[in-house]
Formats: sequence, C-alpha cells, structure tokens
Amino acid sequence: MSDFWLHPSVILLVGAALLPLVPRPLKPVWLLVVPVCTFVRVVGLTPGVYGQVEVFDLTLVFGRVDALSRLFAYVMGLITGIATLYGLHVREDGQHMAAWTYAAGSVGAILAGDWLTFFLFWELMALASVFLIWYRRTPQALGAGYRYLLVHLAGGVSLLAGIVWQVGSTGQLDFATFEVGSLSPAAWLVLLGFLLNAAVPPLHAWLPDAYAEGTFNGSVFLSALTTKTAVYALCRGFAGLELLVPLGVIMALYGVVYAVLENDCRRLLAYHIVSQVGYMVAGVGLGTELAINGTCAHAFAHILYKGLLFMGCGAVLHMTGQSKFTELGGLWQKMPWAFVFTLVGGLSISAFPLFSGFVSKSMVVAAAFEDHRLLAAFLLMLASVGTFLHTGLKVPYFIWFGRNRCKPETWERAREAPWNMNLAMAVTSLLCIFIGSYTPYLYSMLPHPVHYEPYTAYHVSETLQLLLFTAVGFFLLIRKLEPEPTISLDTDWFYRMGGRAFLRWARHPVRTWDDRLGECYRRCGLAGLRAVAGWVRAFDQLVIDGLVDGLAWRIALLGGRLRTLQRGPVQESLTVGLAVLVVGLLLVWWWWR
Amino acid sequence: MNLVAFIAWLRRHLRRLVQGCCVLLALLVIVDAIPGVVNKEHAHTAVERWPGFWALFGWAGCVVLIVLSKWLGHAGLMQREDYYDE
Repeated sequence: MSDFWLHPSVILLVGAALLPLVPRPLKPVWLLVVPVCTFVRVVGLTPGVYGQVEVFDLTLVFGRVDALSRLFAYVMGLITGIATLYGLHVREDGQHMAAWTYAAGSVGAILAGDWLTFFLFWELMALASVFLIWYRRTPQALGAGYRYLLVHLAGGVSLLAGIVWQVGSTGQLDFATFEVGSLSPAAWLVLLGFLLNAAVPPLHAWLPDAYAEGTFNGSVFLSALTTKTAVYALCRGFAGLELLVPLGVIMALYGVVYAVLENDCRRLLAYHIVSQVGYMVAGVGLGTELAINGTCAHAFAHILYKGLLFMGCGAVLHMTGQSKFTELGGLWQKMPWAFVFTLVGGLSISAFPLFSGFVSKSMVVAAAFEDHRLLAAFLLMLASVGTFLHTGLKVPYFIWFGRNRCKPETWERAREAPWNMNLAMAVTSLLCIFIGSYTPYLYSMLPHPVHYEPYTAYHVSETLQLLLFTAVGFFLLIRKLEPEPTISLDTDWFYRMGGRAFLRWARHPVRTWDDRLGECYRRCGLAGLRAVAGWVRAFDQLVIDGLVDGLAWRIALLGGRLRTLQRGPVQESLTVGLAVLVVGLLLVWWWWR
Repeated sequence: MNLVAFIAWLRRHLRRLVQGCCVLLALLVIVDAIPGVVNKEHAHTAVERWPGFWALFGWAGCVVLIVLSKWLGHAGLMQREDYYDE
C-alpha cells in the first residue's frame, strides 16, 4: 500500500466502537457526525484499486472503486445517515453500534475486490444485523432472530464452499464475473449464497419473518442493506445469467400474492421487498446495458423509498405499539405527516410519474420488452399493479383511513412521531421526488451511458392508466381486502415445523428412553452399590480404625487440607512449565537445524 | 394543524372528489386514443396500440391478483395467528 486510503467502513466501525465512550449530551452529535463523514468519504471515492494488503501469498483488495461499486456504496452511505437520524432518540448504544457495523459490512462487501475480503464483510453483515432484530426484546423477535441467523449462516457456508472451490480450481482470488454460459459447481454454490441473501423464493422466508420483528428503526437498515448488497453481488458475478430472468419474475409476483394476505403492515412491506428485488434480479438476468442500468437505478431508488415506507410504518409501530391492520385504522387525525410521507413512499414504489420508481423500474421493464421477452415484461407490469394495490393503497388506507379498529389505549397513545423521525422521512420523501423529477442526478451515476427517456407521452399515459385503474379495482373490491387477523404460511414452515419435529423426536423417544435407563440404573445399580459401600466404610471406620486409635481418620483429615493447598496452582504451573519446555526445545531444535 | 384540516376538507367533499377522479379516468383513456398526443409508434406489441389497453390491464390485473391470492389464502395459506405457538 503506497499511500493511505481511508476505507468508509473504517469510519463506521471506529465510530461504533467509540460510541459508548462519548458523553451522553454529545451522543446525538456523534450519531450525526459519523454517518456524515462516512457519506462524504463515499462521495469522494474515485475509480481505481485501493487498499491492497499482502497476507501470506494472498493479495487482499479492500477498495475496488468503479461505477458499479461506487453507486451502491453511495446509496448505502446515504441510507445509513438517514436511518441513523430516524433513530437518533434511541438511547441504547448497542442498537446504533449494531446498525453501523452492519452498514460497514455492506459497504465493505461492495468495495471488496477479492473473494476473501468480500466473504468477511458479507458475514459481518449477517452477524451484526441480527441484533437489530433481537433488540426488539419480544419472544417472537428472539425466535425470528435465531432463524434469521441460522438461515444466513447456512447461506454463508454455501458461499464459502463455493469460494474455496473456485479459488482452489482457478488460483484466482479476485471477485470477477463468472462464465455464465456454463456455470461450474463452485459458481452454483456461490450463486446459492447470493440468491439466499437476495431472498429469491424458496430461499426468501427469512426476510418477512425477520424484518417484521425488527426494532422500529432497525428494520429500516434491514430493508436497505442485505438484499441490495446481494443484488450488487449478482450484478458483479452473474450478469446475463438466463436463469435469473424467470426467478426474478417469480419473485416479483410471489411477493405481491403474499402481500394481499398479510395483516402486519411491516411484513407486507417485507413481501414487497421480495417483489421489488425481483425486478432487479430479472434485470441482472437480462444482462443488457439497459437492464443493468435499470437494476442499479432501481436498487438506488428502492433503498430510499423502501426505507421511507419502513420509516412510516415504523413510526406507527413506535407511536402506537401496533403494526397490524386489524389493530389500526383512522389515524389520519393523529399522525397526518406520517401518512403523507408513507404515501410518497407508496407512490414512489408504484412508479408514479414524478416519483423515483417511475424512472428506475421502467428501465428494467423496457429492457425486457427490447429483449423481446414479452411474457416476462407483461408479468412484471402485473407485479406493478400489485405493488400499487398494496403499498400505494392498502397500507395507507387501512392504517390512516378505513374503519377505526384501534383499541382505546392505542388511540390514546397515537400521536405524531418525534422531530428527528419526521425530518428523516421528509428528507427521504424529497429525495424520492427529486430522483423522479430530475433524472440526470441518478442517471449520471449508472454504470453504462444512459440512452433512456422515461418521460415520453406514451410511457406516462401507460403508467397513469395502469395505476389509476388499479385504484378503481381496489375500491370496488375493498370488502375482499378487509384485513383478517391471520398469518400466512410460507417456506419457513418447513424448517420451523421440521425443527420442531426434530425436537419432539429428541424429546420424546430419545430422552424418554435415556431417562428410563438412567432411572433403572439409579434404582437397581447405584442404590445397591451405595448400600454396600456404606457398610464397608462403617466397618472400616468403626471396627478396624477404631481398634488402632483413629490414625487413618486423622491422616485422611490432614490429606484433605493438603489437597486444598495443593490444588489448581501446582497443576497450572506444571502445565505452563511443560509447555515452555516444549516450546523451548522446539526452538532449540529449529535453531540447530 | 393545517394538514388535518385539509384532509378533513377532502373527506367532507368526498363525493366531488370521486366525481373528479372519474372524469380524470375518462380523460386518460380519451387522451390515450389521440395519436397526436400519445405516440404509440414505439409500442412493443400490437395490443398496446389499443386505446385504453393499460387501463384494462390494470383493472383486470388488480381483480385477478386479489381473487387469486385470496383463493390461495383461504385454501390453506392463511392460518390463525397462534399457528406456530407450542
């Protein structure tokens, strides 16, 4: 490393490590300064390869900056700042530390130029993010956190196996695009790890399971970082992989179907992450310049509007303690600003003209049409219908309007969120509108030159018809959409019920038989032995020792005292001495050799 | 609270609002049919050239998604909230 290169993740990690030492009155300042510094550092990144470290005979690359990694690092830095502002009033240092470590993992993985560095930061994300779920401190959050961690560790093992195989067979440590025409087994393993983090069905159930149980501010980070880092990794490693197009389309529709059934507003939003990431995965699969641009633009826009939606619903959760439609309703009088911000998020995700989704999502659909994949393109348009139906209409309607289902205490508690939460939502809302209205801001950052114009009369007319007539359908069928107090079974059923069956098996036949055997031994074997030993001891003490003046009894007492003196330390010194001797001998042998 | 007053005002004039929206919807389809305004030369398929195609697609798509999803839900996907409780 010739000159010093400051990694943006280092700022976050150092900031997180020092946070507990910062005096209470200065904490808000520290919480704002660290993400701002990180963002400034990310904005200042210039293309090139930095932070190369030689370890043994491996070259680790901590900073590979090009248009692709810069765009993703930029938006991760941006959302870290916004989400920290949103949770500024949270007094638990641990939550902020976990969030920053998680963000550092994401930025680090994005900037990593080699597999090993990438993997380390990738796993850091999983380990740090689980605390954002556990800090909710409910039994459900604890369980969801464990499931999240186990699923991610399984994905990590697949990724690591793929990396080891890949590096072993090619000898190349750098993270480059795979040969997508004929994937090697190693590439399949890596792909599996990526698809799990991108929440591609059937590997997606961890996402709605965990994100709905996270803390009100932690889920904002969760919604932004993990899946989009995976989208980056797919872009980098598997652009043009045919399989990803159908997978992406399935994702887009899968999330929509589950969103119809969902009663928890944050779980509904989580299913819409699956749906929206579907567009990005399909874009990666298409692999054309327009599609990759669309994927990157949509990831950028998505991180902001989805963060905004999670902030809006998080504000409702934070202020009322409820997140289920069956426990909410009619809140427009109590939390009108949260409604406006959530609506902006809803219009952005639905790709309304002048909002961010309009300029990003349409690129992916246009790329599918240009590639003559009509079925995929029309199905993605159908998913757009579902997106507006739920996030644009169902979420705002059943929380802020509709029938008031609030319990008296919920209604009493409900009020506008604190200033920092509203400010964070306002900033994000403005960004969503800015991105949608002034396209050069986003388009100039994309990896390929952009020859796409979203604001044509046809495209505007098409989108407005599609969305507004969806609204007609919504209001006509609103009775069918009335919330029901249910949960929806998803693929997590297999490991939740599978795990339970295993426990039952371990508990019932195995433990019962173990208990019975133990009991049998205790009653028949042990009791008999004890009785015999007792008789022998009594005979020994009373008859034999008693005859020779109790000498043995006294020696036993002295031995006991000596034993306490001699315990532990002597053994320890002996062990240490032996170890030093062995090391010394080895050194001498090595010297003479 | 101006925002609350504004929402309350909109709710008081809901009938007007709905009428306005219906006019807007009709206008959208009419404008879509005028080739001078909405140029459909770059449409990718023939069906997209029909006036109001996307309006129909949006409405029908919405109905299909709701009906299909609810059918799947009531076929067994939706369960009571304590389903996973031991």
